[in-house]
Amino acid sequence: MLRIGIPSALFYYVYYPLWKTYFDELGTQVITSGKTTRKLMDNGVREALADACVPVKVFFGHTMAISDQVDYLFIPRIVCLNKKTVYCPKFLGLPDMIRHGIPGMPPIIDVRVDARERKDSILSAYYQVGKMLGKTSAQIIKALLKAQIKQFKFQRLLCGGLQPLEAIDNIFNGKHNKPPDNQGQLKFAVVGYPYIIHDQYISVAIINKLRKMRINVVTPDNLSPLTVRIQRHASPKRLFWTFSERTLRATRYFAGRNDIDGIIHLSAFGCGPDSIVDRFIQLDNYSSTIPFMSLTVDEHSGEAGVSTRLEAFVDMVKRKRRDIT
Amino acid sequence: MRKVTFPHMGESYRTFKMLLNDLGNEVILPPRPSRKTLNMGVQYTPEFACFPLKILMGTYLEAIEKGANILVTSGGVGPCRAGLYADLHKKILHDLGYPIEMIIFEPPRLYPISFIRNVYKLNPGRLSIKAIIGRIKKAWRKLQALDNAEKATHVIRPRELKKGTTTRKYKQVLEWIDSAYNTNDIIEAEAAALEELHKVPQDPNRLVIKVGIVGEIYVLLEPAANLEIEETLGNLGVEVERSIFLTGWTRDNTWKETVEGTTVKDAAKHYLPELIGGHGRDSIGNTILYSKRGFDGVIQLAPFTCIPEIVARTILPAVSRDYNIPVLTFFLDEQTGKAGMNTRLEAFADLMKRKKLKKQDKSKLWLPSGAL
Repeated sequence: MLRIGIPSALFYYVYYPLWKTYFDELGTQVITSGKTTRKLMDNGVREALADACVPVKVFFGHTMAISDQVDYLFIPRIVCLNKKTVYCPKFLGLPDMIRHGIPGMPPIIDVRVDARERKDSILSAYYQVGKMLGKTSAQIIKALLKAQIKQFKFQRLLCGGLQPLEAIDNIFNGKHNKPPDNQGQLKFAVVGYPYIIHDQYISVAIINKLRKMRINVVTPDNLSPLTVRIQRHASPKRLFWTFSERTLRATRYFAGRNDIDGIIHLSAFGCGPDSIVDRFIQLDNYSSTIPFMSLTVDEHSGEAGVSTRLEAFVDMVKRKRRDIT
Repeated sequence: MRKVTFPHMGESYRTFKMLLNDLGNEVILPPRPSRKTLNMGVQYTPEFACFPLKILMGTYLEAIEKGANILVTSGGVGPCRAGLYADLHKKILHDLGYPIEMIIFEPPRLYPISFIRNVYKLNPGRLSIKAIIGRIKKAWRKLQALDNAEKATHVIRPRELKKGTTTRKYKQVLEWIDSAYNTNDIIEAEAAALEELHKVPQDPNRLVIKVGIVGEIYVLLEPAANLEIEETLGNLGVEVERSIFLTGWTRDNTWKETVEGTTVKDAAKHYLPELIGGHGRDSIGNTILYSKRGFDGVIQLAPFTCIPEIVARTILPAVSRDYNIPVLTFFLDEQTGKAGMNTRLEAFADLMKRKKLKKQDKSKLWLPSGAL
């Protein structure tokens, strides 16, 4: 059986159910690299350029972890999916960085997806992948349909309040995770990119920490794509990058709701787009009434340091709330 | 009173000053970026924003201090974040309480109407369209003259007999081009300038190595940002060829792509088939072209945290191996010191010289002074 490797980083948190189902239906075995570990991170840090951002370093580590167990690596070159914004330059050059940056990599399936080129380019990209694996058109279409259904289910679970990793667990491992329900407690929005927030190692498990302090957490992933799309932001120019645009709009949405008690912007050291996103959030004063904290993590982030800042922030919010009521 | 300023980028300010003056604006000359500029810029910009954003912020603040209230700059359409910098600058400056107006030029082939509107705003003298086009043509000629003079110094400096002669002469001839105010004068001044530069006493036998410079446009064009790397290299006996000049870049990005642009793209195709914004793909393509043309090495200059250049830098070792050309990268930021950079450049130049001598098998021959 052909083995396809999908590194558990970057797009994993957004499209894994779709990809996994698609490849499963095509009769291939999908191999993932699992959770980020210390060793994996160290490998990535050693191999990637020092100036690269943490998520890319982690991606390097994940790729290396599975490179000798698979026949192909699936690293699509996703340029644009919504006809408006593209992904960060690092995503656009990702297959090339892996291919030329790490020696001894297996062949990479780097199909290019650009929705601006033609109407059915997303479809045709999956079709190309299927053809590459030697499948018939009927098989490909059937697989893609099933994959889409899985992805919808994934999206529904996210909108129900689950975080991506829990939703993936529910779908593929038969778990029955439910969103934790801390009635009457504080509710925080953690905004940022899914591959930073939900990677337990990069984010130093920020969501779990907050939940342990009995705080409800929502992230941009819990919003339906439509909610995000109809949100306006005050910047005169559209941000160029899909994830950044989504973060900015989601923040605006959260800032406009009155059941959110605090907003935390989680960004990674060395992230290019975030230097702008963070300043735009501050300057546009999205959270003029809601307490806001910007938190930057990197490969050296320590458990204690992050906890201290979170605790301080939570205390501050609680005090503010007591003063009001 | 309207007082216009614009970013400082190498010697190009001489052209912009003339053009804006011609259109009837009062111009505040942007100061050459200094330590003070940088300190001011760093204070108000995001920490992880790239170096150009910080320098420009400082430049604007200094120009505003001198009375400027209209800033002219370029935009961009991504995916490099520099395209958003003008908006960010505007927001930060407004937040600081400066009521400045920002005129942002986007690529005219994508936004023709905004381009025309911007030209109209910068035309308080109400010149006719024909007159405007004439002034732009003249300015273009001056920009070419400035670029040509600079290119000449890159060739002459490594061969000069007495250190510093070229730089001194260059400063002198720049004033000639600067003071020329119509097309004929500009052409004349350029010819005179080139002649004067070539008069610098040179050593024809000296072993000169050739290095291509690739990277991000701002740090390439602004000597204050790259710590005068070209002058330093020239003094080390290295002839440099820069991959980006303002004239070439403008041609590539305003109307249609030039032949050179396409060649670079084709060269990079095997390694990076995608446009990733900024000059990431150009860095790779130009490195390959320099290697094919027999250059001895390539230096990549990039601002710290520049995304496209990081992608290019990750791929460049493979290019360097495949094409057998040494590549040295500098990620520049406000912490970069000149002494450290010079040390690395000296080592790199020595390495290339040794390699070249070995290739020519002349290592036992007598070497002219300054060769090693």
